[in-house]
Amino acid sequence: MKITTGGVCEPGTSLTNKTGGWRTFKPVYDYDKCIKCKLCELLCPDMAVLPREDGYFQFDYDYCKGCGICANECPKAAINMVLEEK
Amino acid sequence: MKHLLVSGHRGCAGCCDAMATKFTLMGAGEDCIVVSPTGCLEVMTTPFPETSWNVPWIHSLFENAAAVASGIEAALKAMGKKGNTKVVAIGGDGATMDIGLQAISGAFERGHDFTYVCIDNEAYMNTGVQRSSGTPFNASTTTSPAGKVSFGNQRPKKNMPAIIAAHGSPYVATTSLAYGKDMIAKVKKATETPGPTYVHCHAPCTTGWGFDTSKTVEVARMAVKTGLWPLFEMENGEITKVRKIGTPSPVEDYLKMQSRFKHLFSKEGGAEEIAKIQAIADKNIEQYGL
Repeated sequence: MKITTGGVCEPGTSLTNKTGGWRTFKPVYDYDKCIKCKLCELLCPDMAVLPREDGYFQFDYDYCKGCGICANECPKAAINMVLEEK
Repeated sequence: MKHLLVSGHRGCAGCCDAMATKFTLMGAGEDCIVVSPTGCLEVMTTPFPETSWNVPWIHSLFENAAAVASGIEAALKAMGKKGNTKVVAIGGDGATMDIGLQAISGAFERGHDFTYVCIDNEAYMNTGVQRSSGTPFNASTTTSPAGKVSFGNQRPKKNMPAIIAAHGSPYVATTSLAYGKDMIAKVKKATETPGPTYVHCHAPCTTGWGFDTSKTVEVARMAVKTGLWPLFEMENGEITKVRKIGTPSPVEDYLKMQSRFKHLFSKEGGAEEIAKIQAIADKNIEQYGL
């Protein structure tokens, strides 16, 4: 019996779709308040919170859609949502 | 850390589905094969020829994700390649509790070694918020709209974890997006338990439920704190672990966050309907000892 393979996609190829353009508000860290708890990294539905070597994080604005979950959940209010200016 | 679900997917800002899948993959680990039936997760992660998955993934039909997962598990065993590879099916509430129930029942009855994860956002969101058997009592959807006479969906939510437990599953757990580490640990335990296991995740949908994109986790947390969504683990049909909630919040605190319940606060007779929802929460608190 011959089985056709169907449609095949290469892994991780949606990275070509930069979703940062969806954003209205952008998250900005206040590093003085950040306690490196990693909650923002855990919760981000777009994998747009990147760890830095010093233990802090930075946003990947290529993909961040500006949902604001990180700012809403941050226990130290160390993330501000500011209006995107293009 | 290598992400097993990568950026660039088309999920809405604040998407519960992406978050629940991220937690599932963190729990299951890299050595897994994922099956997804039709739903938001499928269309948003994999618009051909792109995909966000970094693990082997197959899209089944709407109704047969558990049957496809069964076949993968059986094939791996027959080929002597099972090893530690986890087989995981991830479906929405429609694919799990309505359309795929027969295939799921079959897979659990046959005892395949796989884990089924239900991401329950309580309606058919992909097609435009039609009610499912996961839709809670009195929620307004496009096929159960609140209006002059109706208060929305007239039926209570189907108790899916109990149905799976009745199949004799060795491990059944409920989870919430508000408790990410808890969900990751439960998925890990489910995938490491031999036999057919089940994880049911309560996942608030910003688009379908009507709340700001930043509130996905906050709404999920309030569902747990009111007692409307109990978090527990069941092993071989017995409840073995329950997350205590302390002093419960009144259900109004949960309902008023979402526009799918807004008619309860504006329509005559709403207070009586809210009391019925409070009774559901009170029953959960008593039944599970929350």
